[in-house]
Amino acid sequence: MTAPREEVLLRHGNATRVAHWAVAIAFVALFLSGLALFHPFFFWISALFGGGPFLRILHPFAGVALVLVFYPYAAAHLRDNRWLPVDGRWVRNMGAYMRNEHPDVGETHKYNAGQKLMYWSMIPILALLLLTGLLVWQPWIAPHVPAGVRRAAGLLHAVGAFVMFVGIGIHVYAAIWTKGSIDAMIRGTVSGAWARFHHPAWYREMTGREPR
Amino acid sequence: MALQSLDVRNVSARTSPPPSARTTLEVAKLIDVSRCIGCKACQSACMEWNDLRDEIGVNAGAYTNPPDLSDQSWTLMRFTEEEIDGQLRWLILKEGCLHCAEPGCLKACPAPGAIVQYASGIVDFHEEDCIGCGDCIAGCPFDIPRLSRRDSKVYKCTLCSDRVAVGLEPACVKTCPTMAISFGSKTDMRFAAEERLPDLRERGFAHAAVYDPPGVGGTHVLYVLPHGDRPEAYGLPRDPRLGGVLRLWRSGTARTAGVVTLFSVLVAGILHYMRRGPLEVPPERPGGKEA
Ligand code: HEM
Ligand code: HEM
Ligand code: SF4
Repeated sequence: MTAPREEVLLRHGNATRVAHWAVAIAFVALFLSGLALFHPFFFWISALFGGGPFLRILHPFAGVALVLVFYPYAAAHLRDNRWLPVDGRWVRNMGAYMRNEHPDVGETHKYNAGQKLMYWSMIPILALLLLTGLLVWQPWIAPHVPAGVRRAAGLLHAVGAFVMFVGIGIHVYAAIWTKGSIDAMIRGTVSGAWARFHHPAWYREMTGREPR
Repeated sequence: MALQSLDVRNVSARTSPPPSARTTLEVAKLIDVSRCIGCKACQSACMEWNDLRDEIGVNAGAYTNPPDLSDQSWTLMRFTEEEIDGQLRWLILKEGCLHCAEPGCLKACPAPGAIVQYASGIVDFHEEDCIGCGDCIAGCPFDIPRLSRRDSKVYKCTLCSDRVAVGLEPACVKTCPTMAISFGSKTDMRFAAEERLPDLRERGFAHAAVYDPPGVGGTHVLYVLPHGDRPEAYGLPRDPRLGGVLRLWRSGTARTAGVVTLFSVLVAGILHYMRRGPLEVPPERPGGKEA
């Protein structure tokens, strides 16, 4: 049966979109402020935050805000990110998928395996960043933490932040690369054709119609 | 160039080396603990010269007063009672920054210009560039810098960099009534310290030693310790070092490699988009099959 033209599906509800962009804005603040602290090459970024001291004050609050929004968001979308047998097929065809060769990756549900890997990697990385960030937080917590622990926490925070920079960098690129997905996160909707092509199993769940 | 006495050797979070053509005399302060009577004149002189006034606290049961270094107390007489070779000893240490040749504070600092090491060996905090992260405290093997609760900046002994710059000795040196503290070139101070040891050994301090720990490249504050085999008894670490964790955390090479990797990811993204184009839904034939 041919699907009606101009078919539109709701992909991300209002709460999801607001939460996601709150996380994204907090991340941009953390990325820029973290980068200024990460390497003196980027210290000029502190001017965007009204100088080094205020950047240093703001950063941990932005981090805590990100974590407070991210984990409820992630919990609400846990079901859609469970690992399914079909996901192995996406992983095996990942090279061809990225070369834009449209390999047969099986019937993807709401999120493909790449998205799920991003989702699951962020859960421990943000836990690490939260824990280590809290340990070096002046003037509240750090004074009660031994110097050796703070050095180790500082090191792990920098490593964790680096991994997150690369991970979210790939996430953002994937969003730009996959036409229609940023619209999906802004307006909440995708076309039926988009859903059939990228997430056929999700299309079936949503509409009860066959994707092909 | 400005005052030669203010020539710079190293600056926190720098991307290029400071001017270094000119060499300057390295200075040092020598604290002969065996001559110190614990009168705290140096502690007062430090407050006077630097216009510092600590809070009036409570007696904690020892002569050490105030109980710890703070943003207002950059030097402190630390009194300890220790049993050494079966005898009770009353030890007095003038605590403060040691002005390490390889300062952990400077290594740990992420704020450009907040910590400066002069060519003279003095390590100075420039609070106007301090961002208040407190990493220098974690980096210092001697637990010296203190974060002010008032302005969230760190403070410590400057070795009176302002006095030394114009050819004066530090305030504590000037004031010491027993001449337990002296000031001069590092070479001379090291020599004077060594010269003191035979005398002390003769007087029964068989383990008298100079404290100039090599783990931090030596320091520009030297101690003559009568019980030199037991620096911990005075509150000094036996073998202070920067340590592998700090070196890895603040490794300029690792951080630069990280930044290069981030740029590579960005370039890879641009090239990928140019070469492979976007992932778009292909036009559908009637029946929904891919064209
Ligand atoms: C989750 C709560 C977070 C807290 C409480 C927190 C706190 C802090 C604090 C206090 C610093 C201190 C500066 C220092 O010690 O040098 C710092 C540094 C830093 N943060 Fe965070 N942060 C958090 C999350 C994040 C996140 C999510 C990122 C990355 C996306 C990040 C990236 C960085 C970076 C790159 C640095 C510089 C570290 C270095 O150069 O060693 N932080 N953070
Ligand atoms: C900074 C800019 C960001 C942009 C442009 C962006 C873009 C997007 C887009 C377009 C989607 C929709 C994908 C789809 O509908 O299939 C999405 C989903 C998602 N994003 Fe982001 N994002 C950003 C930052 C972040 C950050 C910082 C996080 C988490 C720390 C994050 C976590 C997620 C999650 C969990 C999903 C849902 C996918 C899943 O649950 O598997 N995003 N993002
Ligand atoms: S003693 Fe501590 S504060 Fe002083 S120079 Fe050495 S590391 Fe820095």
